[in-house]
Amino acid sequence: MNISDIVLQYFFAGLRVGSIYAIVAIGFNIIYNTTGVINFAQGEFLIIGALLAISFNSLLVFIGLPGVPALIAAIILAVFITTAIGAAIEFAFISWLKNPSVLRLIVITIGISIVMREGMSYIWGIETFALPFFSGTEGTSIKIMGASISPQDIWIIGICVFLVLVLYLFFKYTLTGKAMRACAANRTAASLCGINVKLMITLSFMISAALGALAGCAISPLAKTNYEMGSAFAIKGFTVAIIGGLGNSMAAVAGGIMLGLIESFSVSILPMAYRDAVSIGILLLILSIKPSGLFGKREESALKEY
Amino acid sequence: MDHKRYYPIAVLFCIVIVMQLLLAVTGTSFFLKELTQAAYYTIVVIGLCLLIGYAGQISLGHAGFFAIGGYTSAVLTTFDFSIFSSSPFIRFLHTIGFIIQREDLYGKQLLTFSPMVAFILAVLFSALAAIAIGIPVIRLHGHYLAMATLGFGVIIKAIIDATTVLGAHDPITSVPGFSLFFGLEVSSKIPLRIPNYYISWGVVIIALVICINLIHSRAGRALRSIHGNEVAANSLGINTTRYKLYTFILSAVFAAIAGVFLTHYNGSIGPSEASVMKSVRYVAIVAVGGMANLWGCVLMSVVLTFLSLRGVFGSFDDIVFGAILIAMMLFAPAGLLNLTRLKLWREKILLMIRKYAKKDSA
Repeated sequence: MNISDIVLQYFFAGLRVGSIYAIVAIGFNIIYNTTGVINFAQGEFLIIGALLAISFNSLLVFIGLPGVPALIAAIILAVFITTAIGAAIEFAFISWLKNPSVLRLIVITIGISIVMREGMSYIWGIETFALPFFSGTEGTSIKIMGASISPQDIWIIGICVFLVLVLYLFFKYTLTGKAMRACAANRTAASLCGINVKLMITLSFMISAALGALAGCAISPLAKTNYEMGSAFAIKGFTVAIIGGLGNSMAAVAGGIMLGLIESFSVSILPMAYRDAVSIGILLLILSIKPSGLFGKREESALKEY
Repeated sequence: MDHKRYYPIAVLFCIVIVMQLLLAVTGTSFFLKELTQAAYYTIVVIGLCLLIGYAGQISLGHAGFFAIGGYTSAVLTTFDFSIFSSSPFIRFLHTIGFIIQREDLYGKQLLTFSPMVAFILAVLFSALAAIAIGIPVIRLHGHYLAMATLGFGVIIKAIIDATTVLGAHDPITSVPGFSLFFGLEVSSKIPLRIPNYYISWGVVIIALVICINLIHSRAGRALRSIHGNEVAANSLGINTTRYKLYTFILSAVFAAIAGVFLTHYNGSIGPSEASVMKSVRYVAIVAVGGMANLWGCVLMSVVLTFLSLRGVFGSFDDIVFGAILIAMMLFAPAGLLNLTRLKLWREKILLMIRKYAKKDSA
């Protein structure tokens, strides 16, 4: 393997994790835009989605369904249930609070993430699980310009591109999407225009949960799912959301790929164990230099409530 | 001079003594161990109460400062410097008494820092860390501050997990006792259990006196005004950034001191002390205590930490703290021991009694 092949290998690894981070960041942004809340339990949506899909998959295979339909059915079921969980969380903990302070909301979502994580550890235990590969097996690899990548990498990147496109079209062209963007711009004005803001908030939690579940399923065959992985995804996703400027979903895609690449190339200089420290170091750096994000405007961010 | 503010401390002092006598009489002195540990954790909570309740700044990274204090002290007092004994610097430290020769459990000769020097270095080191992290971070608000401090905690945990000198995933054990003045020693030896109980609560009381004086000073009033409305406080000429930074550093130093003492008391420190869950737990205790309610925080800290250390919650330990956090923030964001609400209730009850009295007379 020559040096350019190695660089290409790292590039694809960065692209893979980066696109997952981007999806997590978009999940953060969607909820943040409609409610002004950073949902600290976002990472748990990924894990619970993946764990549900794993359980359904083994159940469906057990009752005799062939591999591929079982996998598809399991993922669809898992996404639906996670969406319902997202709605339930919003309904139970967020919807009925009157003008809660930011501190209060932070603490509530942190509490939710702990309860979800511990709950998962009681249901699934502390072992590591994985979904089967969407196509091929662990050993299959595809050669692209000298780098060998797993077909799952292509699935992950493909699913993320698909999700970003769907969301873009949804927010740009559908009435519901436009209504949600109106809530992001100004909740009071939106409700005066006859938009059901409460419904939009519930919807934003549902979309975020569904996104998280799908991303969790996509990464599960490679990363192996464990009940306590959620917070790592959440912190990285938040870093990406900040890099792009909180609330700006399209910039989050660029931020995600950037962080993914930095992380995967950092492994070539620093020990693997410091990889998480690197990305959090970047978070601290960006927060202290330009809290409005690399792509955000300072004036715009001064008007927002954090 | 207003002595009234020190009355609660006198009460606490009496409770500490009565508690010890009670345990001695009932023959349950083994509870002293958990009460001592709870006292040290309470010091972290006191610092955090000042930061969250009075200055209105959240920190999800205080377990990191606790770990910096504990680990610095543990490494300095257990790492054998005799491999560097030819270095003139180490020899210099040996001559001025910073490094001492001692025997470990198996009779092997070790060259380690003396606990007192290690304590001072640990506190200095964590204060420096607090300054380094505090200067960029304390200007942030809300979510950004929460995530930044959370990130700090995660970095500390990652560094500990990845560094062999810090024991990686294993705890550092056989940390020696910490000899204070008058022959007092912080260590887990059973005969020293009662003196250690009083040492720990002595440290708590010192921390409380510092806090109470601070709250009732100009700085304390400035902090409360920052909590109320930062922009307004700024416009009144209060240097909000500086006050917030000082509080952040002070609370970090409290956490580090607690870390050092608890490490010497337990004789060990493990990476779980630096986990995010620990930081969240401290925040949960402050939330239950009522944020800006020092005595509520102390009471809740002792009760909850004691129960948790005794293993009352079993394997549901973390979930209990998570549930407490949610419940408190949903239903009683001002804490269980909310003074204004208690006063309201008292007035309501008095009103009802008066009404009944009127009915009876009529």
